[in-house]
Amino acid sequence: MSTQALSEAQGEPALNSSSRVWLYRAIFLVAMLAAWQVASGPLLDPFWVSSPAAVFKTLVTWTASGQLGYHLMITFKETFAGFVLGATAGVLLALLVGASDTLHRTVDPFVTAVYGVPKVALAPLFIMWFGIGLAPKIVLAAISVFFLVFFSTLRGVREVDQKMVDALRTMGGGKFAVQRMVIFPSALPWLFTGLKLGLPYGFVGAVAAEMMASNAGIGYLTQNSAGQLDTAGVFAALFALMLVTTLLNEALGRLESWIFRWR
Amino acid sequence: MPAVELRGVGKTFSSRNGRVDVLSGLNFSLNNGEFLAIVGPSGSGKSTVLNLLAGLDRPSAGAVLCQGAPVAAVNTGIGYLTQHDSLLPWRTVEQNVAVPLELRNVDRPEIAARVRDLIAQVGLEGFERHYPSQLSGGMRKRAMLARTLIYDPPVLLMDEPFGPLDAQLKLVLQAELLKLWSARRKTVVFVTHDIVEAITLADRVLVFSPRPCQIRLDESIAIPRPREVHEVRFHPAFEEHYRRLWAALEAPVRRPS
Repeated sequence: MSTQALSEAQGEPALNSSSRVWLYRAIFLVAMLAAWQVASGPLLDPFWVSSPAAVFKTLVTWTASGQLGYHLMITFKETFAGFVLGATAGVLLALLVGASDTLHRTVDPFVTAVYGVPKVALAPLFIMWFGIGLAPKIVLAAISVFFLVFFSTLRGVREVDQKMVDALRTMGGGKFAVQRMVIFPSALPWLFTGLKLGLPYGFVGAVAAEMMASNAGIGYLTQNSAGQLDTAGVFAALFALMLVTTLLNEALGRLESWIFRWR
Repeated sequence: MPAVELRGVGKTFSSRNGRVDVLSGLNFSLNNGEFLAIVGPSGSGKSTVLNLLAGLDRPSAGAVLCQGAPVAAVNTGIGYLTQHDSLLPWRTVEQNVAVPLELRNVDRPEIAARVRDLIAQVGLEGFERHYPSQLSGGMRKRAMLARTLIYDPPVLLMDEPFGPLDAQLKLVLQAELLKLWSARRKTVVFVTHDIVEAITLADRVLVFSPRPCQIRLDESIAIPRPREVHEVRFHPAFEEHYRRLWAALEAPVRRPS
């Protein structure tokens, strides 16, 4: 708020620094796409690298046929469900484990050991257990999100300012009140860091499971295009995925700045 | 019945570097409505005494009594104004002041009324919707004081509450504290390292020795109330009090030979 007021006070005539950065970003994007378009053909074989025009054409075709929306929706649903499940479990467990030093020290090595396993390596197991429907993708997305949110929130819970806890206790706060009024809000910035880190990993989990065994979703679309040697299709699917993660990250960022308006 | 009583209290902290006796065989008591100041060198166990009274720490020896009952768990019958800022940064001033009442499940309309009343008493009108990060140090102290007074604890513990503030603001807040105190007559234990502040505010001043802490001097302040904070130092009794307290603070440390 104050920095905004400051830059307004300085009164830059045409562009403030934020819209200038946006301009630079647009220039960067256009330059990249132009370089790609120019190089595709004379320098590089379009069969391998495709071209922005071809990718755009594929995107338009897919959008028109409803194919893109359908597959995006599937992946989005899987990721979203996995994200909500994994994040909820991560937060609740972190609050529980963080409340007791003994419990924390007991489970820490086990959680860390499981965290070390590449989550994608669990996909075959989940496909075996849950079939090729939405379930294995949701579970894999949830597990990927869970650990990041769990560790991040736990860190926040452990770093809570003991003076605030003591203050609340002398004012008459019980264990539950301390959790609700002090520990949870003070761990919230850490929780958000976990959510923001976890979101792309949720997508990775869902898409990876789709690539292994599925007949729908962006992962399937990528795999299927590659199987038909359709490079433009692969890029188009990746582009769609990028767009969705960017939008979701932006939404999380907005939510974050609204929640932390006290800072 | 004394409001606060310490009987043969000892406190030992053990750390990797060995054991430190902070308090040993400490005795004192104060009556209801008495304003006690404790002065002493840093690390002499002044804050430890307050933590014991608040029940945030247990004595290693002896007994700590508050209103006649031993302090066995966190003592919710006291208000503790710490040196450190313990306002919740994600709550506005009025939400922070409301915390003790929310913890006591007081009705919303009553909370609103009492919060408004107390915010006015500590002079924070107009800042109800501000977050602590938007307040100055003095205003944060006022908010903390309001939060402590709102649940009307009979005993107030204050740990160098005005320590980091500038001299002028300190006088203003001391004056307001005296005004609030004379209206409510709470029992106060006020830790400070400022002798002038101790004489200005207190009925009685204890001087602690370096640890293990002993009471070097128990001085009753003979300056009549109501007091004007900026006039107290010109009272005829002030000089003598100051001299005696300073001498007690400065007394050479007796080391066992």
